[in-house]
Amino acid sequence: MIGVINDRCDFCGACVAVCPVDCIDLYEARLVVNKTCIDCMLCVWICPVETLAPLETIEEASCATTTTA
Amino acid sequence: MRDYYDCIVVGGGPAGAWAAKHAAENGASVLLLEKDREVGIPVRCAEAVGEAGFKTVVDPDPRWISTVIDGAVLIAPNGREVVVESETTRGYVLDRKIFDYDLVHMAARRGAEVLTKAYVYDLIKPNGAVEGVRVQYLSKQYDIRTKVVIGADGVESRVGRWGGLRTNIKLKDMESCLQMTLANVKVDPRYIYLYFGDEIAPGGYLWVFPKNGEIANVGLGVSGEHARHKSAKHYLQEFIGKHFPNAAVLYTVVGGVPCAATLKNIVGDGLMLVGDAAHQVNPMSGAGIVTAMISGKMAGRVAAQAIKENNLSEKRLAEYADTWHKAEGKNHERFYNIKKAVYKLSDDDLNATAEAVLSLPAEKRTLMNIFKSALVNHPSLLIDVVKAFMKND
Repeated sequence: MIGVINDRCDFCGACVAVCPVDCIDLYEARLVVNKTCIDCMLCVWICPVETLAPLETIEEASCATTTTA
Repeated sequence: MRDYYDCIVVGGGPAGAWAAKHAAENGASVLLLEKDREVGIPVRCAEAVGEAGFKTVVDPDPRWISTVIDGAVLIAPNGREVVVESETTRGYVLDRKIFDYDLVHMAARRGAEVLTKAYVYDLIKPNGAVEGVRVQYLSKQYDIRTKVVIGADGVESRVGRWGGLRTNIKLKDMESCLQMTLANVKVDPRYIYLYFGDEIAPGGYLWVFPKNGEIANVGLGVSGEHARHKSAKHYLQEFIGKHFPNAAVLYTVVGGVPCAATLKNIVGDGLMLVGDAAHQVNPMSGAGIVTAMISGKMAGRVAAQAIKENNLSEKRLAEYADTWHKAEGKNHERFYNIKKAVYKLSDDDLNATAEAVLSLPAEKRTLMNIFKSALVNHPSLLIDVVKAFMKND
């Protein structure tokens, strides 16, 4: 499962564009990775500002909540 | 907001604004939906356009133009500079916030209704064909019916996916881009500066686009394949630390640029895609403002005509896809193949090319001659380029 470090995100949508299973929602100022995530890492790699990372590597304090699909 | 419009445009960038303007001007009732609270913000663009191309789509208003550019300085990996300056290299660095506002304003003057903070979260398509959109607006959800939806919702194009068009982009075709608008940057504002090299921006390039008063957009694109090893942020921070250590960061722009050929399917029953959503970006340069407006105009016109005929089938709307392909799409396929060949050049090849070009008299340093020099220094590239052209003729 991939998580979001929300204060890094600038809401550009690159991650949504490469996601093969359409599991990322981008709102005006909120990014949500849904539980249908398959851990393919494409969004992690394409993000220009290192907003996304495997959930277990993100410190809880800066991690946004994830929701079900 | 009514519960029906002839045409609904999702996204208020240049592609969406231009689609809305041209659909409205040709008689359709149009609703333009923008998810953010303002059009034009956040800027997701490096803001440079070529003058000649820009003038084919709109009469430039001086308020949009931050700097007028005479030419480009290309910087090889070893730091050698090649200046390219001619009538064809004139251009502008725009102020997208003002520009985008005005484009949407023009659509509104033609009668399009505009709603910001309107998040489209699904399409209505009970029998396969698109018949409307589902919108979240100020915490309430609305179903709005329409004859045709034009998806201008940017690189992430959810609209296309909901409509059954695969808009997902491959990692290798996506440029991971980051730009910082810097103050205290002293460069000659008559030029844009393009840096190449594996250490600077592998599989892409770095740009310095001067704006008014010692301000510049400094940014880069790194191909997705390279970004997996080291992010755009790392490359840009390294460059700025080295070249502009005393600069202040005024604004940060983040973006993914689809540098591939146009999507195979950009229309469906009751659905059209325009701009980044259709991958209508020049795959060589990543430039997309002019092409977005070209496609927006084409789509808006075809939509309005199809509405009058009351035939919004994929087959009818294919007129837009065909017109696009003949006018621009075909060129983009060529550029895409050339890009793949050029990105195979090593730093040594690029350095040798710069030397070869510098041995030419200044007036002969055109982009075409630079390309020719690259070919001479790297003959195998020629085969790739010939293939690139043969493939599409």
